[in-house]
Amino acid sequence: MGQLDAESIKIFTKGITIAIATIAPAMAIGSIVSKAMESIGRNPEATSKLFVPMLLGAAFAEAIAIYALVVVFTL
Amino acid sequence: MSAPIAAETILQISSLPITNAQINATLALVVLGIVAFCLKRSIKDVPGRLQNAVEAILEALLDVFDQVTNDRKKSKRYLPLVGTLFLFILLSNWMSLLPGTGSIGVWHLIHGENELVPLFRPAMSDLNLTAAMALISVITANFVGMFTVGFFVHWNKFIQLGTLWKALKTMNFMKIFTAVIELAVGVIEMVSEIAKVVSLSLRLFGNIFAGEILITVIASLAAFIMPLPFMALEIIVGIVQATVFSLLTLVYLTAASSAPHAEEESVEVAAAH
Repeated sequence: MGQLDAESIKIFTKGITIAIATIAPAMAIGSIVSKAMESIGRNPEATSKLFVPMLLGAAFAEAIAIYALVVVFTL
Repeated sequence: MSAPIAAETILQISSLPITNAQINATLALVVLGIVAFCLKRSIKDVPGRLQNAVEAILEALLDVFDQVTNDRKKSKRYLPLVGTLFLFILLSNWMSLLPGTGSIGVWHLIHGENELVPLFRPAMSDLNLTAAMALISVITANFVGMFTVGFFVHWNKFIQLGTLWKALKTMNFMKIFTAVIELAVGVIEMVSEIAKVVSLSLRLFGNIFAGEILITVIASLAAFIMPLPFMALEIIVGIVQATVFSLLTLVYLTAASSAPHAEEESVEVAAAH
């Protein structure tokens, strides 16, 4: 095993960045959608009302993963 | 096997390159244009089949918009921009699932290797197009803010000198302290305006581009039956991403057109993304 050169460190950093940065948004989206499903289960009539706020919340949570993606692209 | 991140140039008209994503976008525009033209010629009090369908789509869109704006008048005012974005994104996403996208192409010599350059590429998998649309929606939101709540009230969201001046006049230490903090919050707001463009454009680009690669890879593993569930997934992703893009645009427009209150500034939807 030789020493790591700059290029391979860069590739490692990219992979680790996106891998760690997607954990929190994934958990956020999971909890948003699971709460929405729970609410739909309790009150099926609210489906159409819940859908848009759920989608917006998921989109905002997803944006955080996208910032990490930007960082990965610029690395 | 997989497509490169940038759209490939198909032909060059003097200095204007025509990319394969551009061909798809133009096709979607032509389809929308033809439908609009046919509809305009045959508009009647008693709707025909086409008019009925379009009216149903518009009603459904307005109902969804009402959930964001809470005001039918506002929904109707923003329908031309947001509805067009929705229909264009949805149509080009679904058109890119048609057979031929990514598989019909010409052989080109790239970097010393003979590679297939597809004639059609999903329009939204070109970052230039999504960035242009995100810029349009954020800049429009800023102009809407300037015209509805007033030029100085709108820019006071970002450069909060007005708030500071008001606090200085009261000579209250706590108020001046809060105003200084809000000055810093204004800088964050400015950064978040740029982040809006970045997240809007990259979300759409990333989802559609990843879908295209996914289908290409699966189709190269097994050409029949196997890609079907992924195609169904892509149909859902197409409509969800179109909804998300247009609804976020609508949220930005609504947030910009509602007057900011000093206390509610931090809980505004526009700040929280």
